[in-house]
Amino acid sequence: MFTFPEIKRSFFISLWFVFLTFPIMVVRVNSIEKTVHWRWENIFYVAVGSFFLSMIFRYFLHRREMQSSEDSEKEDGTGQSFIHDLLANPVYRNTLGSALMIFAIAFPFLFSTYQTNIMTTALMYVVLGLGLNIVVGLAGLLDLGYVAFYAVGAYTYALLHYNFGLGFWVVLPIGGLLAALFGILLGIPVLRLRGDYLAIVTLGFGEIIRLILENWGSFSQGPSGISNIARPALFGIDMSLNTAIVYIYYIMIIFVIITIFFVNRLQDSRLGRAWIALREDEIACQSMGIDKMKTKLVAFSLGAFWAGIIGVVFAAKTTFINPASFTFLESAIILSIVVLGGMGSIIGVIIGALVLILLPEYLRALSEYRMLAFGAILVCMMVFRPQGIIASVRRTYKYTPQNREEGL
Amino acid sequence: MKGMLNRKLIAAAAGLLIAAALPAAGLAADTIKIGVAGPHSGDLASYGLPSVNAAKIVAEKINAAGGIDGKMIELLIEDTVCKPEVATNTATKLVSDGAQLVLGGICSGATKAALPIYNNAGILVMSPSATNPALTQSGDYPNFFRTIAPDDAQAQLDVDFALNTLGYTKIAVVHDKGDYGKGFAEFAKKFLEESGKAEVVLFEGVTPGAVDYSAIVQKIKQSGAEAVMFGGYHPEASKIISMMKKKRLDTTFISDDGVKDQTFIKVAGESSEGAYASGPMDTSSNPLSIQAVQEHKDKFSADPGAFYENAYSAMLAMTNAVAKAGSTDLAELKKVLQTEKTDTPIGSISFDEKGDAIGVGFSVYQVKDGVFVELK
Amino acid sequence: MDYFIELLFSGLTRGAIYALIALGYTMVYGIIGLINFAHGEIYMIGAFTAFIVATVLSILGFPALAIIVLAGLAAVVWSASYGYTIEKVAYKPLRHAPRLSPLISAIGMSIFLQNYVLLAQTSDFLPFPRLIPDFHFMEPVAHIVGTTDLVILVTTTIVMILLTLLIKYTRIGKAMRATAQDRTMAMLVGINVNRIISVTFIIGSSLAAIGGLLIASHIGQINFYIGFIAGIKAFTAAVLGGIGSIPGAVLGSVVLGLTESFATGYVSSDYEDVFAFSLLVLILIFRPSGLLGKVDTQKV
Repeated sequence: MFTFPEIKRSFFISLWFVFLTFPIMVVRVNSIEKTVHWRWENIFYVAVGSFFLSMIFRYFLHRREMQSSEDSEKEDGTGQSFIHDLLANPVYRNTLGSALMIFAIAFPFLFSTYQTNIMTTALMYVVLGLGLNIVVGLAGLLDLGYVAFYAVGAYTYALLHYNFGLGFWVVLPIGGLLAALFGILLGIPVLRLRGDYLAIVTLGFGEIIRLILENWGSFSQGPSGISNIARPALFGIDMSLNTAIVYIYYIMIIFVIITIFFVNRLQDSRLGRAWIALREDEIACQSMGIDKMKTKLVAFSLGAFWAGIIGVVFAAKTTFINPASFTFLESAIILSIVVLGGMGSIIGVIIGALVLILLPEYLRALSEYRMLAFGAILVCMMVFRPQGIIASVRRTYKYTPQNREEGL
Repeated sequence: MKGMLNRKLIAAAAGLLIAAALPAAGLAADTIKIGVAGPHSGDLASYGLPSVNAAKIVAEKINAAGGIDGKMIELLIEDTVCKPEVATNTATKLVSDGAQLVLGGICSGATKAALPIYNNAGILVMSPSATNPALTQSGDYPNFFRTIAPDDAQAQLDVDFALNTLGYTKIAVVHDKGDYGKGFAEFAKKFLEESGKAEVVLFEGVTPGAVDYSAIVQKIKQSGAEAVMFGGYHPEASKIISMMKKKRLDTTFISDDGVKDQTFIKVAGESSEGAYASGPMDTSSNPLSIQAVQEHKDKFSADPGAFYENAYSAMLAMTNAVAKAGSTDLAELKKVLQTEKTDTPIGSISFDEKGDAIGVGFSVYQVKDGVFVELK
Repeated sequence: MDYFIELLFSGLTRGAIYALIALGYTMVYGIIGLINFAHGEIYMIGAFTAFIVATVLSILGFPALAIIVLAGLAAVVWSASYGYTIEKVAYKPLRHAPRLSPLISAIGMSIFLQNYVLLAQTSDFLPFPRLIPDFHFMEPVAHIVGTTDLVILVTTTIVMILLTLLIKYTRIGKAMRATAQDRTMAMLVGINVNRIISVTFIIGSSLAAIGGLLIASHIGQINFYIGFIAGIKAFTAAVLGGIGSIPGAVLGSVVLGLTESFATGYVSSDYEDVFAFSLLVLILIFRPSGLLGKVDTQKV
């Protein structure tokens, strides 16, 4: 690895980066007072940093390539990874499952309120990820406006609570169903679009929902948002803030379990198989007698349903909502969870959500470098594990080189 | 130049001293922890980061002078991205980390989401920029104070100025769709209509960050407005006013505190001449204000950004209250804040029962020869 | 009628601005089928480079014309270098990865670049120097079309024509078209596909840099976040016109610009984006591949 040509290459790369970052890193101008601030020391940091980083980067890239060539020799990924092996064995699976369960239940007692709070957020994204996974991972429909359904759920609760004083548990199914209805309404006209055209239309839909919430002040109170939304009730007991946070945490744990159960069953159902077939080849799938429109619509509305449910929880958790929470970036994060975790893989999505939501929180230690690191990690994770942290077994099984080219 | 260098050296030496003093102070657990919450990344970072700088400067100064009753100030700087859900996480984190006071909440929305958590922990929160009237007037947030005027007070001032001083009868109200800008614009519209003296010929929001504003400028022209009242921040304001000049439109431009920022004049250049904006009274002649700006230039070799002086003042008011009260107990701090006056860059201020600053005094400024000049 | 013409030109200017960014999107998409979310950031970096170089040169006392040329050149060189590097770091290792992986990589890259500029420069809005002086002969119509509007319109037209010629008639253009149609086949006939992809990124990024320079001097300010919104809009325009098609990107941009302008003028600017996106949905429902996109016949 540390041969002379490698070092030479890294040296040239670091020279290139010095050139590349020169205007932004070194020069800082004040155009009013006409002063230029030269920060020459940054050249040194960039040079040294890029030299070592490029070596590490290429080392891992090299390793990845070695691995993937080994994998393909191993007759397409049976025993894909350690975790899949682990889960294949029921004894291990049950032990692991109950250990996780105990940990999850004990969590609020072991860690601070803050930790519980961000874990609740992460769990919400687990469910959102699993919901979007139905649409993107299983049915293969790229949805960049998933946050719209999330917003529908959140505003359903906020508005019904604000105007009619309805409680969390009453609104929960309403929010979900309303979001599902929106999913169907959007789905009917646009689902015949293919690939990236569908992506941009859903992105547009997400923006339209947000803009309406922002501008239609008499309906949604516009950008100043709706405050004093009630937290979930428990038989009318008055809870302190800390208890309420723990309570929502447990609600989320239950939701996660229910969602995993449902999605797991869905995957192996007739419908789930139809989705996967549709994702792999639409025409072949139709000729097998599957109603393309109906199957896609079900996927879309089911995904939306979950987003709506979590939207309700979101409103109840933050007790305040405004349109700022439902931007395109939010959709992008949820999509990243699905792809980064491993499309179509339930465990992958769970891990993806935990990583992507907890990471920015734990990166707070880096203070202002937080989002910089987050972006870099996102790129690196994709580069080194393009199939996601835990790839779906079925998916890799199906992939042959010809399919790959077509999929692009 | 030499003076600059000296000051830098002193600042550096002070910084080193603090750095050396901090771990020791941390061990003794004798610090006052002040959380600084606001958007430090994302699209609104330019409104959050100046407050961080203000907090750093004030904290450094107080620590260099021996702290408050010997207790050093420790800053806990946390990003909220101006999103309610992140703000609640930030709030629980700050509470867990033992923050005793919080400077911040830059956006009203995120602040509203976080306040119940701080209130539950008995933490005083002071915002340099959250202007939503409900924050103080609803009574829902007893731990909240701010060093900026609420939307309605500013709108009232600007409306009175436009109607009575300038005597306009046709006014276009434009905003940036944000919680700050739209809040201001809605109040302005309400006051204009209630006065019966003027007609609101246009009420619209522009999309912040759009690449071109010529269509809305043409619409303002078409509406026949004599003045544009803009609610929002300076980037959009300077884009609109430059576009107005480019389209040879001489309508008077009146705006709010978010625009009364030197950056507005820097960016809009000559186009900003003659524009009006409301802001805290006579800051430019206030020696503390001049000093605050100079300290920022020395430390960061750049001009301060939006709400810097409000944040600086909030830091002074909070630390002063701690010194006077001798504790960080919410009730005692509130008592001090409501009774004692503090000299700050935005004036000698105390707070009313609801949490709004008294004594800030707002007046209207006009851009003349590249500076904001207060109109008496 | 005057009002209509004013709005028409507002829309055209807006459309031309979108087009400069949309062209880069559409080229990259045409070649590797990737929605390059970092493209908006390249445009932002182009604007920043131009700002820094122009300010330094004006402090050094260069004449105005030299400043425009050199700042423009620097913006192009650096943006192109960034585009090239980003492709090598974030997309090339993902050439054979599942379809969505490069998309996430692009989103990560976009977040990274924004924060890189935020940290290395400033979060504040910076006044962009007025590089283009007002032409005297424009004065009678200045209330409709300003000088910068004119420059933007003319530049976009020239760029579009040059790009079309490049793609249609040059060797590299042919290679690009071949790569876009079938990468494996292009490789078989001896086209260096990696090089073609790099060239595409370089050209697309250069266009974004020109866009950055012109747009920044049009609106007079820059900050680290300008790329994001402009990028989303330009991407919408590219899809509207039929992604992958160069005249389509320009047409889509103009249609989008005009829609926004007329929506603001005759309805309300509160809902200009709602109109823009609704139009997109409508057009895609009736023409699922955009205005000028090729309708793919599916192979069975």
